[in-house]
Amino acid sequence: MNKKLATLALGALMASGPALADLVIPDLSYRTGPYAAGGIPFSDGYNDYFTLLNERDGGIGGVPVRVVECETGYNTEKGVECYESTKGEGALVYQPLSTGITYQLIPKVTADGIPLHTMGYGRTSAANGKVFSNVFNYPANYWNGASGAVNYLLDENGGDLTGKKIALVYHNSAYGKEPIRTLEMLAEKHGFELTLLPVDHPGQEQKSQWLQIRREKPDYVVMWGWGVMNQVAVQEAANIRFPMENFIGVWWSGAEFDVEPAGDKATGYKALTFTGLGDDYPVYDDLRKYVVDGGKAAGAGDQLGAVQYNRGLYAAMLASEAIKTAQEMHGVAEITPAMMRDGMEALEMTNAKMEGLGMAGFGPEFSVSCENHGGPGLVGVVQWDASTGTWNQIQEFKPTDAEVIGQLIAEDSAAYAAENNISPRCE
Amino acid sequence: MFYREAGDFKTSYVADSQTFPIKFDRYRYYVVLAVAFGIIPFIINDYWANALLLPFLIYAIAAIGLNILVGYCGQVSLGTGGFMAVGAYACYKLMTAFPDVSMFIHVILAGGITAIVGVLFGLPSLRIKGFYLAVATLAAQFFLVWLFNRVPWFYNYSASGQINAPERDVFGIIITGPNAPAWATYLFCLIFLTVCAIIARNLTRGTTGRTWMAIRDMDIAAEIIGVNPLKAKLTAFAVSSFFVGVAGALFFAVYLGAVEVGEVFGIQKSFLVLFMVIIGGLGSIFGSFAGAAFLVLLPVVLKVVGVDVLGWPTDIVAHLQLVVVGALIIMFLILEPHGLAQLWRVAKEKLRLWPFPH
Repeated sequence: MNKKLATLALGALMASGPALADLVIPDLSYRTGPYAAGGIPFSDGYNDYFTLLNERDGGIGGVPVRVVECETGYNTEKGVECYESTKGEGALVYQPLSTGITYQLIPKVTADGIPLHTMGYGRTSAANGKVFSNVFNYPANYWNGASGAVNYLLDENGGDLTGKKIALVYHNSAYGKEPIRTLEMLAEKHGFELTLLPVDHPGQEQKSQWLQIRREKPDYVVMWGWGVMNQVAVQEAANIRFPMENFIGVWWSGAEFDVEPAGDKATGYKALTFTGLGDDYPVYDDLRKYVVDGGKAAGAGDQLGAVQYNRGLYAAMLASEAIKTAQEMHGVAEITPAMMRDGMEALEMTNAKMEGLGMAGFGPEFSVSCENHGGPGLVGVVQWDASTGTWNQIQEFKPTDAEVIGQLIAEDSAAYAAENNISPRCE
Repeated sequence: MFYREAGDFKTSYVADSQTFPIKFDRYRYYVVLAVAFGIIPFIINDYWANALLLPFLIYAIAAIGLNILVGYCGQVSLGTGGFMAVGAYACYKLMTAFPDVSMFIHVILAGGITAIVGVLFGLPSLRIKGFYLAVATLAAQFFLVWLFNRVPWFYNYSASGQINAPERDVFGIIITGPNAPAWATYLFCLIFLTVCAIIARNLTRGTTGRTWMAIRDMDIAAEIIGVNPLKAKLTAFAVSSFFVGVAGALFFAVYLGAVEVGEVFGIQKSFLVLFMVIIGGLGSIFGSFAGAAFLVLLPVVLKVVGVDVLGWPTDIVAHLQLVVVGALIIMFLILEPHGLAQLWRVAKEKLRLWPFPH
């Protein structure tokens, strides 16, 4: 009886899904709400790259790409609705750009056999491919970010942080809480003192946190913020005259719109990054020629070269390269989500490949394997200059503390595996 | 013509005082139940379950709960989100502590725990009234969310501070987790909603409900005729919180599967459920259903029409949704302050006279 019901339900589901005519990529974007400032450029970049492939190359491997956009508003309930409404169309890969929605989707995509790519966000321990079969977070994750920030401070202080005080201003959600464990471990290892300052959603109210910073005078402030929270934090830091060069944000707190409202006072603010900056890449010539000039740009079409636009572009590029890999592996052009997963697991990004795409040096070289879904975790540091309105890279992409991170990933993913009765793969 | 009392003879008091005294109403009720239990489970798919039906069923339970407190007993509460969080976290702790126990028992126990917490926060209602009580329950909302964020024991010390529903079953059928079939989760919530609605309906037309309404209409007069305000108010808080807790447990375990307390059970949730009760109709069980349906379905319908049918950009539709929902709420409050339930009542009155209105 149960089986019969399930079959009937499955039949209804299959009957309602249209035939696979093209490569469907859902874009769970958010162009409204307090996080829209980051959501708009990312989604624009993501859309524009696929538009470029359609216009210039006629799709990927001769099959056109269809991007289905769905507005989540950074809200998990709407994210679930978006996931359910798009998965029936043969969605190849999901990129929710929200750690909350990622936590929601990890079990669902694993059950449905659809890959999930959380580039530089989401659940960090998903880097362990033995436990998380369908989740990928290459090329860098939050714990790389936390370690990268600490490494940068170590370099600045001649390799010694003993007795220094570091405050973490974070979004009080799954996203903001991700780096805490790593920072606590690193605090023990390097002997610095860590202060935790949570900021509640949406982050417009930060007076008390910055009052505490003014009182306790930490040597450095590290921030895990997103959306309107970033702008408020930079402004508050300027208001209490906190030295900007001692203020470092994660990559989601390092875009133009985060620092511009504070004007000249924001000069010197630093942020982490794992992607290239600006629009000095050959791919932008093609983007302007085929997408923008043709009036096919997503959104207002005014975000080209912006930090988060580049991240969207990079995410789309990685997805399309994974599709190409999958097409080669399975010898078919119209791939299924299961084939896409194989493609992502076999993805190899080399400098030659990126140069061929007109994106030389846009991201690190890496290869994904069954065990490692996390990539190399190379982290660079950029600094804002308000007079020219640009971000300048002040530290090249460097590796992070693999020992600490590897141990934490093993611990956390083992806990997840035990909770959900997952036996490790790849053996 | 079809909808009338004439010719529908009752020969006993029980028959006369039943919930649906009019034959047409009674049959409609049976048809709804038959469709909900007998037909929908066979045709449901993941999208219908997760995007529309589950949120509707669960919000309807929460709205019934809040309606008992606000609509029947007149105690304004802004703590619904916090109480739902109590239900969700209680359910999580029970699920992880006793993995072999049936989900039915977990959800009911979660409701019971919420009822106790609700009574605790309901104690101030004996001394403070109206707006001041609203502020006191608002404090409960913020305190509970803060508590679940602050004390790691509640989320089993997970790194992200989130709670994730592990796979649990009822009589061997998986109810929670990603592998749960749509029909099972739907039926599970539907059973809870049906039982809750029947209990609520019968409570509100019995002695308990009458004492609540007496307190609502004028508490001093009620006290003079012998209603015990302590008992009436605290039972209202207990029953209301029980339903809200059940809704919170289902919301977390069956619908979302992973919950972040600040986002999911924040003050917006309290307002959303309160809007459902106000739009649906204060002091009406049907109103709770109508309000929940209205506020769950409307955004989805607007989205489907705007994005999928008309092909508008998603951000325009999302903004338009806020405008339309807001405008409709204001319109309803002006044109029909008693909510959708009153519209339904008026429609029924008209139907009785149709086709020969005088």
